[in-house]
Amino acid sequence: MAIKRVRFTFPEQLIQEPVIYKLGHEFQVVTNVRMADVDQTTGWVILELDGDAGEIDRSLAWAQERGVRVDPLDGDIVEG
Amino acid sequence: MGIMTMSFATNLRCRECHREYPLAAIHVCEFCFGPLEVTYDYDAIRKTVSRERIERGPASLWRYADFLPCDREDAIDIGAGFTPLIRAKNLGKALGLNNLYIKNDTVNPTWSFKDRVVTIAATKARELGYEKLACASTGNLANSVSAHAAAGGLEAVVFIPNDLESNKQLGSSIYAPTLVKVRGNYDAVNRLCAELAGSYNWAFVNVNVRPYYSEGSKTLGFEVAEQLGWRAPDHVVSPIASGSLFVKIRKGFDELAKAGLIDAPKTRMSGAQATGCSPVATAWREGSMNFRPQKPDTIAKSLAIGNPADGYYSLAQLRDTDGACGSVSDDEIVTGMKLLAETEGVFAETAGGVTVASLKQLTEAGSIHPDELTVAFITGAGFKTVEAVAGSLKTPLEIDANFDSFEAAYRELQPVAGVA
Repeated sequence: MAIKRVRFTFPEQLIQEPVIYKLGHEFQVVTNVRMADVDQTTGWVILELDGDAGEIDRSLAWAQERGVRVDPLDGDIVEG
Repeated sequence: MGIMTMSFATNLRCRECHREYPLAAIHVCEFCFGPLEVTYDYDAIRKTVSRERIERGPASLWRYADFLPCDREDAIDIGAGFTPLIRAKNLGKALGLNNLYIKNDTVNPTWSFKDRVVTIAATKARELGYEKLACASTGNLANSVSAHAAAGGLEAVVFIPNDLESNKQLGSSIYAPTLVKVRGNYDAVNRLCAELAGSYNWAFVNVNVRPYYSEGSKTLGFEVAEQLGWRAPDHVVSPIASGSLFVKIRKGFDELAKAGLIDAPKTRMSGAQATGCSPVATAWREGSMNFRPQKPDTIAKSLAIGNPADGYYSLAQLRDTDGACGSVSDDEIVTGMKLLAETEGVFAETAGGVTVASLKQLTEAGSIHPDELTVAFITGAGFKTVEAVAGSLKTPLEIDANFDSFEAAYRELQPVAGVA
């Protein structure tokens, strides 16, 4: 089992969709929203995912396919 | 009597919720995920520090050891910092600025400002007992980590995208690190390294030792104030990549004021980004404090951070100091690099082109007043990114080895003036 923290950034067309709810139903992953800021056109959520490491990765790939940008929590770690 | 060099650092503190942590290799608040910052005993610093004490120190950033989170005695010091501050009269004239200075950080040991952050990170990593120093980089950081690890007797493990230009690879390879070329794009390297940083007990300079690493950037603020005769400038223009440099320059001024060495700064802080990777400039233009991560597409690779860790704090600083943020095209970047070289004799990498082009843009927009004492930060040397300008420079004259051949070729260049 593993815990992963990621940042979801939602494009405008996904703002009204219950993406995190669906993710929790499609995959054996417990989701925990730790911080968030969502308005009418954009939004981000810091999400803690608890589950099997492979299942977490599959769930993140699924979210990305739907148009969510998924980033490591710390922002980019590659520097110039 | 030697100068006392013990650090005045006391704790790490969350920037958001202000929870405190011991001075360990951690960088994120466990409760709110805010970034951790080093705190100091400013009362003790104020009692100890003086302009004279600093001026007696070494000609490197370690002259400001009283404000740094590690002991100077054990510093891995290959000479980072205390770089020239140039009165840029020619560039100023070209841009319509009467009081312009260039902070020339191209002359650091590995030719970029990254030596400032790495000398601190490497020193602290060794102090904390780490034997391996690691990073993920597109060039400058890799060069600096490799060099400081070599000098400090640490093992370096450096991750780069596999399509990195060969001269940038060589700039790391010469110091014999374990250089890992990752098959994949920038995002792939990022993901891999984030995962590795969580699993390997190494000092990733900009991950688990980031609170110490980022303190190196504030020395740019210290130096500029000292070099201006102990005062903060009216206006700063600095590139924004992760945003850390931009925020820390200002912190440098603030700390000097806290220690009673300069008057309270009223410096306006303006940023510079390439349009091809401009999450902060875009949010600024839209009047939003929420930036949207971008997929970078610019020749300014050393600024190509699409999801900047200090993006929010950069936006807050722009707002709080009445700054502005430039956003310039690749063509403008090349023009900026050439303008800086042709007016001031400074060959900067693409990031310098971003700064100079933004300086021009912000001046034309009226965001910088012509009489403000303005300092532009040039953060890396041009030999790192020769390919950016190679196709746009004057071609040399090629002649036979005789007088006539030279005259003929030279006259062709200046048909009116002749060979006076």
